[in-house]
Amino acid sequence: MAAFSFLDREHTVAKPGYSRWLIPPAALAIHLCIGQAYATSVYKVALVEHFDASLTAVGFIFSIAIVMLGVSAAVMGTWVDRVGPRRAMFTAACFWSSGFLIGALGISTEQLWLVYLGYGFIGGIGLGIGYISPVSTLIKWFPDRPGMATGMAIMGFGGGALVAAPLSRQLLTWYDPNFTVLAGASGSAVAKLFLTLGVVYFLVMMLGVFNVRVPPPGWQPGGFDPAQVESKPLVTTAHVSASEAVRTHQFWLLWVVLFCNVTAGIGILEQASPMIQDFFRSADGKSAVAVTAAAGFVGLLSMFNMGGRFVWSTTSDFIGRKFTYVGYLGLGMVLYTLLALVGDTSTAVFVVLTAGILSFYGGGFATVPAYLRDVFGTYQVGAIHGRLLTAWSMAGIAGPLIINRILDAKGKPGELVAADYRPALYIMVGVLAIGFIANVLIRPVAERHHEEAHSDAFAEAREAEAEDARPRAL
Amino acid sequence: MIGSDSPTPAGQTPRLVISGLVVGIPLAYGVFQTIKTVLPLFGG
Repeated sequence: MAAFSFLDREHTVAKPGYSRWLIPPAALAIHLCIGQAYATSVYKVALVEHFDASLTAVGFIFSIAIVMLGVSAAVMGTWVDRVGPRRAMFTAACFWSSGFLIGALGISTEQLWLVYLGYGFIGGIGLGIGYISPVSTLIKWFPDRPGMATGMAIMGFGGGALVAAPLSRQLLTWYDPNFTVLAGASGSAVAKLFLTLGVVYFLVMMLGVFNVRVPPPGWQPGGFDPAQVESKPLVTTAHVSASEAVRTHQFWLLWVVLFCNVTAGIGILEQASPMIQDFFRSADGKSAVAVTAAAGFVGLLSMFNMGGRFVWSTTSDFIGRKFTYVGYLGLGMVLYTLLALVGDTSTAVFVVLTAGILSFYGGGFATVPAYLRDVFGTYQVGAIHGRLLTAWSMAGIAGPLIINRILDAKGKPGELVAADYRPALYIMVGVLAIGFIANVLIRPVAERHHEEAHSDAFAEAREAEAEDARPRAL
Repeated sequence: MIGSDSPTPAGQTPRLVISGLVVGIPLAYGVFQTIKTVLPLFGG
């Protein structure tokens, strides 16, 4: 359709002089909006009362969204790489926003299935497409600092909940003066919240749509020497397609690395609030940590999760991706062991150890696109990233399952103590050890998997330089 | 083709500032609100 031709890849190529520093805010605009997915707890109680449904039935909305995130990222990755970031971001905005609007209709008409369809299914597709849409573009604009660039964007996904949670509470207070976190809000207030978020998120995501550009062929940043990057271990100048990448053992080793790192982190994140109370429970059954302080602890972990995404991913540009994951997984094992052994000695020790674990959890998410770029080249890195995110979906099931199974066997919630967590924490050390070994085993991809018909940014830059240097016929 | 690495090429400064503010202000708001909830953990 001609009206939407501005979304085409050829209309997205940057003109000379376009600042590449406009791309991270564009990517951040998308990720800050879709990061709302982790702030659903704000209106969960309200939906339970409004629909007269169980917590599980309402929690299913979030589960559908996360499953659709993984499925759509894996299935749509190749399409995203083909059509370019602008069309992908626009599509993500339409799906994400429509999800809220249909969800609002479902709440207003008391049809829970419409909320499943809207926020869960349709919104979840927006999540998946939105998550991967800026990744390959950022890597192409920042061949010298791919870790920092993807870290900035993926930090937004962690930050999205930090923004959405207080914003949603404020909006609910305006729409329903009787709203409290514990008692919840009226259904009509949540419907209005969904309408507001749907419109606001669409507008903010349009900032990303209109600002995003792909670099012209052969573009490279001033002062960038491709030879310096190429000389680093594991960094390839070759290119592997998404369909070929899944046939390499490197892809599956990276899948295991991401799965183990996320499983370990998500186990703590999911259990954070009761965990800090249980660790400091005295013999009389009372915890030294109040409920309000425990809620603050969850917020603190979210900040370290977000900060780790930017800080560690940026650090990986200097120390290399493989070594960075040696840190995430190796130091992660140390931190988990210390948490099991001395985590209950003081709240400060507990907070420092868990904050470190969560910063590595976030860092693992943010560094993996650059790792994929190093191993498989830039050609279909977005699509390969999409396929790798299935590890996230699996870890989202495995992490909480490990923790909850162990704790269920140890006692009832509200009666657990630090010692009850030790078996689960030692299992996480084992999970991280598996990831550590998988990371160490990663080697460059064999030449038989390389594509011949496509070039990556480095090769394009070198060809362009050779073209410039070639004597012109008069 | 060699591009510019300058963070503010001519004529793009307002666009950079506005883009930065659109994402920076909500993020700063979120961090501030979170810090407020964290304070009780440290006795604040």
